[in-house]
Amino acid sequence: MAELKFSKDHEWVTMDGVVATIGITDHAQQALGDVVFVELPELGREVKAGEACAVVESVKAASDVYAPISGRVVEVNAALTDNPGTINSDPAGEGWFFRLEPSAPAELAELMDDAAYHRFVEESA
Amino acid sequence: MADSTDHPGETLLETPLGALHRELGGRMVPFAGYAMPVQYPLGILGEHLHCRAAAGLFDVSHMGQAELVGANAAAALEALTPADVAGLKPMRQRYALLTTEAGGIFDDVMVANFGDRLFLVVNASRKHEDFARIEASLPPGVRLNRLPDRALLALQGPGAAAAIAPLAPALAAMKFMDVAQVTIAGAPCLVSRSGYTGEDGYEISVPADQAATLARALLALPGVAPVGLGARDSLRLEAGLCLYGNDIDETTSPVEAALVWSIGKRRRLEWNFPGAERVREELANGTQRLRVGIRPEGRQPARGHTAVHVPGGEQVGEITSGGFGPSLGGPMAMGYVARAHAADNSPLELMVRGKPLAARVAAMPFVANRYAR
Repeated sequence: MAELKFSKDHEWVTMDGVVATIGITDHAQQALGDVVFVELPELGREVKAGEACAVVESVKAASDVYAPISGRVVEVNAALTDNPGTINSDPAGEGWFFRLEPSAPAELAELMDDAAYHRFVEESA
Repeated sequence: MADSTDHPGETLLETPLGALHRELGGRMVPFAGYAMPVQYPLGILGEHLHCRAAAGLFDVSHMGQAELVGANAAAALEALTPADVAGLKPMRQRYALLTTEAGGIFDDVMVANFGDRLFLVVNASRKHEDFARIEASLPPGVRLNRLPDRALLALQGPGAAAAIAPLAPALAAMKFMDVAQVTIAGAPCLVSRSGYTGEDGYEISVPADQAATLARALLALPGVAPVGLGARDSLRLEAGLCLYGNDIDETTSPVEAALVWSIGKRRRLEWNFPGAERVREELANGTQRLRVGIRPEGRQPARGHTAVHVPGGEQVGEITSGGFGPSLGGPMAMGYVARAHAADNSPLELMVRGKPLAARVAAMPFVANRYAR
């Protein structure tokens, strides 16, 4: 499996060939609680790194999901619409949100690796 | 992902159950100046469903408790509320609004008649204002005793009565809105058969130094699990119950808030409560807006402050509380809409993040009440 990279907004990214898959981290889903609704970006939308492009709603509140890197949305995980709880049960797998064709692949290098992200979570706790 | 629950630098108060919440894995958040558990490891959804299926224990010790003592206590309180307090029978409780001179809602409170005194439970966010207002209005011979050394627990759910019966057999005979003085697990308690979930259950006032012992005894009962503020909010919204500060406040009148049922019949002849002029005028001529239930179509929730429009048209209101109903299995909200659009099934559009979301006015409660009447 390709290496996971992490943003400070608690998204993960993994590259598979020329396509990046994006989701939210286990830490993020725990903080959110039970997810009851997800709004996914439109196919073909161009997003910039740090741009809000999806929404995840728990029983309690709505939160934005940000694009960790820039690119064009080429696929969304439509299965989440009927089963948003997958984001809680399998955040790094079946609970992925969308796929991007990166427009600035160098941005990936600015994201954190697993060890750095875990330090980041511990330090912000 | 953005986190919005931090309030750094705030010194928070603790209830007598603070240590117990942490031991149970409660996630503590600031609420009305207190550190309170928003959820335990089971999570908001699980705690909500557990309360509707079995029984949930809530710490609501942040709420204000006080007693009003003196021969004319009921008349003194009636100077601040349109509720019929004088007609409240001994060992019965009633929901009452404290109103402002302008006809707004100062707070919503529970009043119980314990025979020799009235017992009040008021909102945490309003307790200091409430008690100051009451004290300032009291005639000679009536005294307000604040009870900061009492905790308040709520045991709610269809399994609550059976669960607590072995500890306090007397509670089984109580009906909805009855009150009693009962010793439970060695603690002298003031109990009401009421709550804020739409379920059967009890609210139990207990001396603060015995609260943790009682809470542990209740949690040891079969089917009882701790429930946090998150599920308390989704449970009360499914039950169609108002949250002060969200759904009612000093700008909303009892008529707009559809809480006219809390105004005593005699009080509607006397018109001698704060704001009576506005209430009387609104009852005669109707209000511009009304509090209604709203059901968005689909699964997307609409939260508080969402603008409410007629389909494709002008804004006619605003949501005051909104979220997802775990027992309802869908989104739900309440809010104020113009009277012309307040009838059940009226079509509406909710502007969520700039996009219209189809919705309809819906009867409340969203989930049927199951009180022990």
